Amino acid sequence: MTNGSIIQVKDLAAGYADAVILKDINFEVRVGEIFAILGGSGSGKTTLLRCMIGLLKPLHGAIVIDGTDIVSAAGEERLQVLRKIGVAYQSGALFGSMSLLTNVALPLEEFTDLPRSAIERIAQMKLKAVGLQAAAYKMPSELSGGMRKRAAIARALALDPKILFLDEPSAGLDPVTSAQIDELILDLSHDLQITFVIVTHELPSIFTVADRAIMVDKDTKTIIAAGKPQELRDQSDNPVVRQFFHRAVGKPLGT
Amino acid sequence: MRPDVMEDPNRATFDFQRGPDGQARLILKGRLDRDTTASLWPQSTQTLRQAQVPRLIVDAGAVTYCDGVGVALLTEYKRIQREQRGQIEIRGLRPEFQQLMTLLETDHLVSPPKPPGPIRGLIRGVGEWTVGLVGEFITEISFTGEVFLKLLQTLLHPRTLRGEDTLVIAEKAGANAVGIVGALGFLIGLILAFQTAAAMRQFGAQVYVADLVAVVLFRELGPLITAVVLTSRSGSAFAAEVGTMKVNEEIDALVTMGLDPVQFLVLPRLVAVLAVIPLLTLFNELLGLVGCGLVMSTWDVPFSIFMERIRHAATLTDFFGGLVKTFVFGALVAGLGCLRGLQTGTGPTAVGDSTTRAVVSGIIAIIVADGVFAVVYYYLGI
Repeated sequence: MTNGSIIQVKDLAAGYADAVILKDINFEVRVGEIFAILGGSGSGKTTLLRCMIGLLKPLHGAIVIDGTDIVSAAGEERLQVLRKIGVAYQSGALFGSMSLLTNVALPLEEFTDLPRSAIERIAQMKLKAVGLQAAAYKMPSELSGGMRKRAAIARALALDPKILFLDEPSAGLDPVTSAQIDELILDLSHDLQITFVIVTHELPSIFTVADRAIMVDKDTKTIIAAGKPQELRDQSDNPVVRQFFHRAVGKPLGT
Repeated sequence: MRPDVMEDPNRATFDFQRGPDGQARLILKGRLDRDTTASLWPQSTQTLRQAQVPRLIVDAGAVTYCDGVGVALLTEYKRIQREQRGQIEIRGLRPEFQQLMTLLETDHLVSPPKPPGPIRGLIRGVGEWTVGLVGEFITEISFTGEVFLKLLQTLLHPRTLRGEDTLVIAEKAGANAVGIVGALGFLIGLILAFQTAAAMRQFGAQVYVADLVAVVLFRELGPLITAVVLTSRSGSAFAAEVGTMKVNEEIDALVTMGLDPVQFLVLPRLVAVLAVIPLLTLFNELLGLVGCGLVMSTWDVPFSIFMERIRHAATLTDFFGGLVKTFVFGALVAGLGCLRGLQTGTGPTAVGDSTTRAVVSGIIAIIVADGVFAVVYYYLGI
């Protein structure tokens, strides 16, 4: 595993209309690591993710992904960046009118000149990698929540991305399924050498998978802690961080 | 066999060499990614198929990069060899690519569920269609009964109706539809008068155009056009609204709260539509007469005579006969719209399907009901 950085976020501020949700965000993601973005509900971690995958234009700042700034890139250059990343959305976002296989095959059909049989084989392999090959011809509505999340990961893997963004991969799942997803992330990270950026607030997954983490906070609107998850838990003296990791009710909710 | 291409790190090439004793080597070089493999795939697999080698050695020592697509290519070689009962050995693949291969490789491909044969498919299709039709018919009857019963209960206890919802729906389905309903009425009156007048004038009977238009508008077209507009505007909206609630589990939430979806969702819509449809129809008919009058005035029929003809031709029976229909049409529009919404399945396409079904079945039901009215009115002498 090399230690060069693949994503650099520089002096980022983001928000909607007048409301600034994030400011002064600076961090780097290294090649091959599993990087977690933590924070409570409403802290802006999903906003940060949406900026990083190019869905939301930040108010200012730069997000350099593998050498290209996704904020200022346009046209073909922007497409090149987008093809290096894969995104698995919170609720799967599988296309409901297509079978799992077609969902995974879609990006391959659109962006490669591979023959039909090759695309089908690759799509089945990606489904096998997430343990869903037997369900290849099922529709998304026939799947359980955990299977949908895994299928979303398979679709994100379709074009062999360098970086995989996962939004709440284990939220809303039972502990066993959640652990299976964590296992899958670790396997993929190890075998495919993909860099992972995971947005989550599930404590068990954070400790299982994350190499490094940053934590964003609703009140200060910026990063309040960065480092290895265990260090954050054991050494941070920031009350918000301690509260997050120790599940303590430090102050009344909603303040 | 291919001439060797220039060695370029961003390309992939293959070289096929036959050896002694039915052995052959396939030498892969360069990057195996989704762009380079696209041309390599058809060429190399075809070469292998034609060559029919009993023992193939794939030399992957010069492969500098290999991703999922490259692994797929290698497994495809394996499959071809297996099909042709030949052996295969992959040599020199770098350990990291080997690891990827272990993770991704599949021995078998899952095939799509087999569709039944043509005869069986036909029999099955007819059976499913029939069962569906009967089931649909039963659902509609029980739904009609349920709605009717609850409507009666609501009439006895008007306070159980969600008044505010009803008013909002009445505004959307009624007040907001005044423009389109009026414009259509005006145009229909205009066109009807114009078309008939051209024929009637040959007999010097253009005065009677007013008789014809008035009767047709009151008895048939006014109620029919208003109902069709309401189906496409509001029937579809009801199906989409209720259908989205169904998809979002909001209907389930109502049920577990002890609220009845029919009482909570269907009745306000039904009452709102029943309240606005006669008014919209009247408006439609009025503007239809205006359109007719406009044409008549250009054919030199004085306004007073036009009014006189209408008063003479269209009886109160025609007028109220038409209005009675509108209540039945309104009940069909609102009822079918809500029913299709409640029948919505899962997934984003389901809402679209139920909206389509609401409009189609709404319009069919209106026309069929209109036919029944025609027969009944005929026997009643109305």
